[in-house]
Amino acid sequence: MLRIPCPWCGVRDETEFRYRGDAAVPRPEAEAGLAEYSACTYKRTNQRGWHVEWWLHVGGCRKLLKLVRHTVTHEIHAVGHPQDRLAAPPEAAPPGAAPP
Amino acid sequence: MPRPRARIHLVPNTRPIHANAQRAASGRYSAARLFLEGLIGHRGWSRAWHKATPRPRYRVVIVGAGGHGLATAYYLATEFGIHDVAVIEKGPLGLGNVGRNTTIIRSNYFRPDNVRFYDYSLRLWEGLERRLNFNAMVSQRGTLNLFHTESQRDLFTRRANGMRLLSVDALALERDAVKALVPLVDLDNGRYPVLGGFLQPRGGTVRHDAVAWGYARAASAAGVDIIEHCEVSSIRRAGQRVRGVDTPYGLIEADTVCLAVAGHSSHLAAMAGLRLPIETHVLQAFVSEPVKPVLDVVLTYGAGHFYVSQSDKGGLVFGGGIDGYNSYGQRGTLPMAEDVAAAGLTLMPGLARLRVLRQWGGVMDMSMDGSPIISRTPLDGLVINCGWCYGGFKAIPAGGMATAHLIARGEPHPLAAHLDLDRFATGRTLDERGLGPFPYAH
Ligand SMILES: Cc1cc2nc3c(=O)[nH]c(=O)nc-3n(C[C@H](O)[C@H](O)[C@H](O)COP(=O)(O)OP(=O)(O)OC[C@H]3O[C@@H](n4cnc5c(N)ncnc54)[C@H](O)[C@@H]3O)c2cc1C
Ligand SMILES: [Zn+2]
Repeated sequence: MLRIPCPWCGVRDETEFRYRGDAAVPRPEAEAGLAEYSACTYKRTNQRGWHVEWWLHVGGCRKLLKLVRHTVTHEIHAVGHPQDRLAAPPEAAPPGAAPP
Repeated sequence: MPRPRARIHLVPNTRPIHANAQRAASGRYSAARLFLEGLIGHRGWSRAWHKATPRPRYRVVIVGAGGHGLATAYYLATEFGIHDVAVIEKGPLGLGNVGRNTTIIRSNYFRPDNVRFYDYSLRLWEGLERRLNFNAMVSQRGTLNLFHTESQRDLFTRRANGMRLLSVDALALERDAVKALVPLVDLDNGRYPVLGGFLQPRGGTVRHDAVAWGYARAASAAGVDIIEHCEVSSIRRAGQRVRGVDTPYGLIEADTVCLAVAGHSSHLAAMAGLRLPIETHVLQAFVSEPVKPVLDVVLTYGAGHFYVSQSDKGGLVFGGGIDGYNSYGQRGTLPMAEDVAAAGLTLMPGLARLRVLRQWGGVMDMSMDGSPIISRTPLDGLVINCGWCYGGFKAIPAGGMATAHLIARGEPHPLAAHLDLDRFATGRTLDERGLGPFPYAH
């Protein structure tokens, strides 16, 4: 059971919330092309680690909030309002292109 | 009404089940051999598959010894004549989702392209044990989906008719027939009375571990190297082509690298600089204490998160929906466990005193449209098999065959051409239920 600290209501059980997905997907500019829009709609980084995500407090204030949660340990690092720029704590470098 | 016992193959097997040509190092398994071994204290058995150490170079390297990775290797060797293949697994073989699922096979999908693909898989299951010389306990006991509203009846009827148009078996059952088939179900439960059911007689269950072991043994016998405890830590490229993978044994080079890592697909794809239309979510499964036979079909509740079958040991094997938020933790959380139990008891109140023996979770590759991906990628020589959501076990034979086809021929298998990665960019998504790009809702 996650205990989610809603910025408006305080700490509540996860069952009061509805998950709304990755909150770190950048929205393309209005004139951006198909590739950008399809990436925004479908592609996800899907981190094994810290994840910035949307939750909706349906069983409480019904507001949207942002959470930084670890996808393995479920530890919650930070919570904020939708417009907040929340950052994940520093971590080992993500898997990248290895030397050729 | 008599119990529908249709075990007919409405679609003839198009592929002859050829004798398992290759000889396993463990010898052929048979009833006679079991009897003889019994006389000599079972000292004659040897390892089912060879524990290989990797060579520096292969024609094909498959990452992930789950069902799809092993099946791909097996079909590459036996259908397409490519024996220079390694399957690389970070842990022991078969401890991923292939050994964590609730073992259900069926082909009762909505979209015609999906029905054809999954029914091809079902036909391969029907001849698999003979072909692999391994008892996978394929049991076509039937899968029954209940409906509880008139609109659900319409939806299921439409689905059943769609299947029948493709010569796939499907039956609509009225209440009485449901009662006869599953007497434990409370048809008149106050909230969601049962109006009827949608039965696929050829659906059923398969012993999941045996699928991993059977494919591993047959692939190994056909010359495939299976390398356990060998985690891929990065993917090397040479220009626009894949070059190989880095492992604790050093660089292993290959012409083709195939990722079949289920819930870890995004993680591995990131090593090649790719982002996938995948989110990783946890699905739980539960097993009760063993009881006498009470249920001889696979049963799915239509008004809540609950489906159940009974294992040969007598335990009720059941599950529900995904936990609902991105997770790589191979364990479930309690709210979903409670939700599943509540739905199960609404349907079958008689189970109230049954105790749960075991519970576990698996991390699944939930695709953005709920359908799988068997595809080339923007990196030449890198092929992916993923996006299986909670339904990739039943697809193992067809998924392995289609992935092997793509690797060997360089073009998609005709029954899996719709499963390409490009569909997301071109608007051809395969959304069975029209839910949109929300993996946590599929
Ligand atoms: C609880 C539960 C119930 C399910 N029920 C059903 C069902 O009833 N019917 C059905 O059809 N489907 C079901 N599924 C889905 C099905 O189990 C999966 O879709 C399918 O098994 C996934 O394919 P796989 O067998 O190849 O995956 P896996 O067995 O997970 O194989 C992937 C392998 O990749 C390995 N790997 C990961 N990273 C690396 C690395 N870096 N290097 C090397 N190896 C790596 C993993 O260790 C793993 O062994 C269920 C799933 C779960 C979790
Ligand atoms: Zn709130």
